[in-house]
Amino acid sequence: MQIVSQVREPLITGKRTLHDITDDISSRVEEKPSKAWILAFLLSLALLGAGGVFLGDMLWNGIGRWGLNRTVQWAWDITNFVWWVGIGHAGTLISAVLLLFRQKWRTAINRAAEAMTIFAVICAAVWPVIHMGRPWLVYWPLPLPNTFGSLWVNFNSPLLWDVFAISTYFSVSLVFWYIGLIPDFATIRDRAVGKWGRLIYGALSFGWIGGARSWVHYESVALILAGLSTPLVLSVHTIVSFDFATSVIPGWHTTIFPPYFVAGAIFSGFAMVLTLMLITRKVYRLQHYITLEHIELMNIIIIVTGSIVGIAYITEFFMAWYSGVEYEQFAFVNRMTGDYWWAYWAMMTCNVISPQLFWIKKIRTSLVATFVLSIIVNIGMWFERFVIIVTSLHHDYLPSSWAYFTPTWWDIMCYVFTFGLFFTLFFLFAKFFPVINMAEVKTAWKNSNQDVYKHNKTIEDPNNVI
Amino acid sequence: MAAHGTFDREKLVEHFEFSAKAKKTIFTIAGIGLIFALIGIILLATDSGHDEHANLIESGNTLASISEEGTSGIEAGGHGDEHHAEYHWTQRLKANFWVNSIFFLGIAVIGVFFVAIQYVATAGWSAGIKRVPEAFGWAVPVFAGFLGFTFIWGNHELFHWTHDYLYVENTPGYDAIIAGKAPYLNLPFFSGRMIVFLAVWTLFFYLIRKNSLAEDKATSFDEVYKKYRNMVKLSAGFLVFFAVSSSMAAWDWVLSIDTHWFSTMFGWYVFASWWVSGLAAITLAIILIKEAGYLKFINENHLHDMGKYVFAFSIFWTYIWFSQFLLIYYANIPEETIYFIERLGTHYAPAVFVILILNFAFPFLFLMTRESKRKHITLKIAAIAVLIGHYIDFWLMITPGTLKEHGSFGFLEAGLPFVFVGIFAYIVCYNLAKNKDSLVAKNHPLLEEAYNHHI
Repeated sequence: MQIVSQVREPLITGKRTLHDITDDISSRVEEKPSKAWILAFLLSLALLGAGGVFLGDMLWNGIGRWGLNRTVQWAWDITNFVWWVGIGHAGTLISAVLLLFRQKWRTAINRAAEAMTIFAVICAAVWPVIHMGRPWLVYWPLPLPNTFGSLWVNFNSPLLWDVFAISTYFSVSLVFWYIGLIPDFATIRDRAVGKWGRLIYGALSFGWIGGARSWVHYESVALILAGLSTPLVLSVHTIVSFDFATSVIPGWHTTIFPPYFVAGAIFSGFAMVLTLMLITRKVYRLQHYITLEHIELMNIIIIVTGSIVGIAYITEFFMAWYSGVEYEQFAFVNRMTGDYWWAYWAMMTCNVISPQLFWIKKIRTSLVATFVLSIIVNIGMWFERFVIIVTSLHHDYLPSSWAYFTPTWWDIMCYVFTFGLFFTLFFLFAKFFPVINMAEVKTAWKNSNQDVYKHNKTIEDPNNVI
Repeated sequence: MAAHGTFDREKLVEHFEFSAKAKKTIFTIAGIGLIFALIGIILLATDSGHDEHANLIESGNTLASISEEGTSGIEAGGHGDEHHAEYHWTQRLKANFWVNSIFFLGIAVIGVFFVAIQYVATAGWSAGIKRVPEAFGWAVPVFAGFLGFTFIWGNHELFHWTHDYLYVENTPGYDAIIAGKAPYLNLPFFSGRMIVFLAVWTLFFYLIRKNSLAEDKATSFDEVYKKYRNMVKLSAGFLVFFAVSSSMAAWDWVLSIDTHWFSTMFGWYVFASWWVSGLAAITLAIILIKEAGYLKFINENHLHDMGKYVFAFSIFWTYIWFSQFLLIYYANIPEETIYFIERLGTHYAPAVFVILILNFAFPFLFLMTRESKRKHITLKIAAIAVLIGHYIDFWLMITPGTLKEHGSFGFLEAGLPFVFVGIFAYIVCYNLAKNKDSLVAKNHPLLEEAYNHHI
């Protein structure tokens, strides 16, 4: 039996039995789609369609439809790419890094977080592809032997490293996610009453019968994949940061970028997990599995990563001054007080100041406050990338070419397209796949603190301040 | 073996005694170190170190020409070598004191940092060993004293920016870049920061330690829980302060030696080096204390976790090292590459490869298997290798900037760290034995989890 200290909050509340757990989660897959789900799904499809019209028009007419100009050659496209990739970091962090750190609370959120990761990476991948202008040549970044002469990909370019890093990350995340799904698919297969349900979930479950040997394999594979994907979590955003930091552009070229981008990615990823899970929790009544303890722990990760990002901002700013390099100094003063001052201060407020509110226990255990702050963090993280990219470019070395970037409808609607894509995929997942890993949640159910768990008794903090 | 069955907190209480045997070992290590260091000093003072001069002068020229290029390339600052005082062998002694003070101060404060992390993360597995890293904190004020003393004694030789002539405009010695840093790099502000950092680290250690011992005397669960929550809050406070101050300390104490050079990663680089050295030191200390017959219920499962930490953060250090190196190498900006040219294009080059092998390749391959993280002997080998590697890492951060072509790794460099190891071990053992405090935090609310820890 697992020994669990009485100072730990219960991870499953509401006196749920093992059968209740299966019921609570499988029923959502088995029942007919609710009206709310259909409405939300249609809305996502509408966003996807409306964005798709602009995207198609942009692809037909060329990326001149975007607001890019000869000075600001990268703006919303790459901002959105980095933003989505960043969001795609939480899933694998939760399933891999938290598994290695034996954080049992991860079992309630890993499934949805990994799904979100995969969808976010797909949304991110849209950007480099459409940014090529000729997406039918999408295979060109692959190092394939070709018939066009001695053309070869540029192995020195971090953009190429991105291709490798992100495709590896995507593949490993997908395998990790799917392997976790197999036992739960088998549960749904076994409960299915209709022919189609049995057939489809039967095929999806790869003939899982839940034997002891299978479980041993399942656990070893999870550990191996966790070991493999932990360096991947770090490498993906490290290489994304190299896209900027290997250059000689003030504001981009700074050595702290790799770990600071990784921290920022985890920060935004957790914010997105919170946004999605708070809605899912409410709609699917999952409050016994995603408890306030889970939310509080995620909020603590937000404080930690948000503060790391804040320290990195201040370090960059300080070093720009300390270096004595005028270009660096200008780049940072321009960020704060130049044409894009509003973007800079939006970033500072959303990313550095607002997460500090989570130091107050009342706020980090409040659902409303968490929901609002999770959205604020994601807005802030979008602005962070916009600030880094656009403010570093718009006033470059040549003052005669200084320019201002204004987004066009095509910029905005292509971004909306990725939102449509993301939510369409997420709603499909939430309806047809079990949103919580039933099998793994059950492992946290039986332990020495069963009495505490059964009575849903939480410990009062005598000095209930922070 | 995981000891199952009834769990009795009182039975876990152990009192550490600073045995004559332990004292003898510590004095032997420190004594041999001292002999080496004295031989080194005698050799330096009698100037017989010039045997290797053919080699050194060559690389010395490279260093000198590089620093001239570096400065004249940026600004018309043009301060030449004419203002540098003649090299005296005591400079090397001062630089060595600086390396050792910073390295061992780091290990000491990482002990407190480790405990704080455990509390904030509600870690159960480490509840049984926490008194060991906690005791590292006693060394913080001592090494802080060494650091302060070395700074007073050698600030001119260690820190180029302490020279007044750099700041006088329209003189040949004027350096516009360094003058631009004067609001941050000036003696009063610099010393003030140093005093604040060292004092607050010591203060947090004192409060954490006091609260931790008070927990042992608590009689009811409510009382224990209150102490426990206090620990969590104190730990969070320390972590916030340390997150900021460790970076600034790295800028001050190490980065500002190479006064023109800058790197935003540097604070985290020093932290990564301190952190993994601290983890290796904690692992080593736990094993040695266990082999002396204490920490009876600590078994290979707990050690396995420490081994994982050393393994993982060796990779982390390499990640930070490589990211900093690659970005500077790739962008190829002279103001930045100078730092690596001074280390890779001179007689310091072998040390760069030594640290990459000892701090990355060796622990990475050696600690890869499960068994190597669970056996005393393999963990001891890995921990000692990592500690030596990071000592050389700090030596390589500090020496090229302070001693230029005169720096090398001799008797003094090999002996002095053992003197510090002796001092460190003595402080830890003495304080663990003092007052008959228990070696196990018997009332720690997560102790039962640690007792039953099995992986």
